[in-house]
Amino acid sequence: MAALNIEKGTSKHSAYDLRDPHVEAQETHTLAVVVDNEAGVLARVIGLFSGRGYNIESLTVAETDHTGHVSRITVVTTGTPSVIEQIKAQLGRIVPVHEVHDLTADGAAVERELALFKVSGTGNERIEALRLAEIFRANVVDSTLESFVFEITGTPQKVDAFADLMRPLGLVEIARTGVAALSRGAA
Amino acid sequence: MVVQALKDQGVDTVFGYPGGAVLPIYDEIFLQNDIRHYLVRHEQGAVHAAEGYARSTGKPGVVLVTSGPGATNAVTGMTDALMDSIPLVVLTGQVPTFLIGTDGFQEADTVGITRPCTKHNWLVKDPGRLSDTIHQAFQVATTGRPGPVLIDIPKDVQFATGDYTAPEEARVHHYQPRMDGDEAAIEALVSLIETAERPVFYTGGGVINSGPEASRLLRELVDTTGFPITSTLMGLGAYPASGKNWLGMLGMHGLYEANLAMHDCDLMINVGARFDDRITGRVQDFSPGSRKVHIDIDPSSINKVIRVDVPIIGDVGRVLKRALEVWKARGGRTEAEAVRQWWYRINDWRKVDCLAFTESKKTIRPQHALSRLEALTRDHPQRYISTEVGQHQMWAAQYLRFDEPNRWMTSGGLGTMGYGFPASIGVQVAHPDALVINVAGEASWLMNMQEMGTAVQYRLPVKQFILNNERLGMVRQWQELLHGERYSHSWSESLPDFVKLAEAFGAKGIMVSDPADLDDAIREMLAHDGPVIFDCLVEKHENCFPMIPSGKPHNEMLLGENASTEGAIGTSGGMLV
Repeated sequence: MAALNIEKGTSKHSAYDLRDPHVEAQETHTLAVVVDNEAGVLARVIGLFSGRGYNIESLTVAETDHTGHVSRITVVTTGTPSVIEQIKAQLGRIVPVHEVHDLTADGAAVERELALFKVSGTGNERIEALRLAEIFRANVVDSTLESFVFEITGTPQKVDAFADLMRPLGLVEIARTGVAALSRGAA
Repeated sequence: MVVQALKDQGVDTVFGYPGGAVLPIYDEIFLQNDIRHYLVRHEQGAVHAAEGYARSTGKPGVVLVTSGPGATNAVTGMTDALMDSIPLVVLTGQVPTFLIGTDGFQEADTVGITRPCTKHNWLVKDPGRLSDTIHQAFQVATTGRPGPVLIDIPKDVQFATGDYTAPEEARVHHYQPRMDGDEAAIEALVSLIETAERPVFYTGGGVINSGPEASRLLRELVDTTGFPITSTLMGLGAYPASGKNWLGMLGMHGLYEANLAMHDCDLMINVGARFDDRITGRVQDFSPGSRKVHIDIDPSSINKVIRVDVPIIGDVGRVLKRALEVWKARGGRTEAEAVRQWWYRINDWRKVDCLAFTESKKTIRPQHALSRLEALTRDHPQRYISTEVGQHQMWAAQYLRFDEPNRWMTSGGLGTMGYGFPASIGVQVAHPDALVINVAGEASWLMNMQEMGTAVQYRLPVKQFILNNERLGMVRQWQELLHGERYSHSWSESLPDFVKLAEAFGAKGIMVSDPADLDDAIREMLAHDGPVIFDCLVEKHENCFPMIPSGKPHNEMLLGENASTEGAIGTSGGMLV
């Protein structure tokens, strides 16, 4: 009786609940992860994101304290609030991770990114590119008769805006560092 | 140096398999008598045996295997231990440091492959750091939420001489998990205990991992509050099955009364469990009317699946101790009358008798086989049970009763077929005088059957209780219920004659198919002082009930044909059968 109460010949039921439980809105957060500078630590962090299906928007890493062998990983990620909480808890669980700071949740933070733009062109387009670079306080770090390489520092939004302007003016290539971020204030 | 470090960590047992890249360590093992090495027949068996050893003793299990295939064969076991939070220290050989990266013979990127399936791992290139790393590895494996760790040791590092660091001089790793629960959260838990009208304890493997004291404290808290208690597959035995507040296991194949209590409670106290999807069913409808408290040592378990009202991060034993102190100091109150009414409802659900079955005169029903195994082994003072994965595992959890922690070894999180036989070997090694039974299905058992060699070599009298339905029973059940009875590749073709197989290994084999012979056959198995393969031919088309189909809430269970539904429908409102 009860045993065979499931409609036969259908696969409506599965061994897993196939409905997506995530209907919350997505948020973007900048996380600063302080880690031991040891072999494989970056792979652990990246592996966590790919293994558990989290997003990485940008990622920067470098040693920040040579004597203490400590590195800082700045990762920008998107997810629902509950996923962001999980990401932080999962990062905190990695053995060589010392601290995880959520710069977005902790209040004001400064974020900067450096980017290099190669723009080629002649005539008016070339002049316009140079004029816009001045407005954006981008420096010319290389020049030929048909091209510039601009260096720009700012928030990711500023870099995006500059890219939008350069695209019709002969943008050839962009290299971006990803975001570095610190909380504001003394502590 | 490796062997010295193991000795200083209190290791007396290692499970392993030699190979070119670990020969220097095997040489050291040959030259001493303090550590016993058990030679398995496959590296996966070594890891599961170490898991059985660890789960039944509370001590970390130690594994020693070679590079390349030795390490990759150990991956399944380590993943299993990670999912079930079992402390293991796995030592792997590696090609010499100067060959790493050259695709040398039996080279594999062991730390890369095992990074996601260990709690942490190390490649030791500096002989001066070797002993220090081993001590740290034991610390990481056993503290906080336990888990497997791996140390990859290149062969030239094994040959090198260096300064030995004793455990007390080793660097203290900054990894120091929080042990004591937040005082305000514990006060909040006590307030909820005082005011709850329909409470339930939902406990898991975290209680077992926290140690025997945590089980004792849990029993005290449950018995003094009078609250009902259910447990996950991993937590069986923390509260005795003979205890009066015991509801039985919950979850997909859990008991009717346990799942309905979870669904209708107003206070759920989760102690060391993790809201696994086999427990929650459809999360949106999971226990909709309850305040939820979650005690867990792992912060990432909190709010991962189910949002809770009172999270308490800390060691289960310490939190329970403090909660008991605070509750008693505040007068030890509960809403006793409301809880009594709650028990009336639960007792109505119990009348459904969801595990009832009809014995057959012609074929052995698997429920009957396990009921008889339970009856004939229940009074053994030291009975340990391991299982493989599938229907037999769920029936074992339903029909065998555990009154002590650390007596039940099963692969819960990963669901590893082939786990139970080697695990039973590890348990028997740790407890030479105990009765160790592996409840198995024939398909799971074949996955690591080579370990018969290990059992016979070391005279380990493990009993392999195989419920043989010539099917992948759980797969077959899902195909019947969910895939239109299209039994795609779930039939075990060309099975061996298990009695002859036992004899070929130099062990004893028993085959039984007639229900009338079952008791005598089980007694014969128990009386034999040596490993036994017990081939119990059971009903081939039996389904495992109760069952919550996935994507369904707890109050939409499917029951077996013998359960009595009278009286239950009225009390539980929307209950469906």
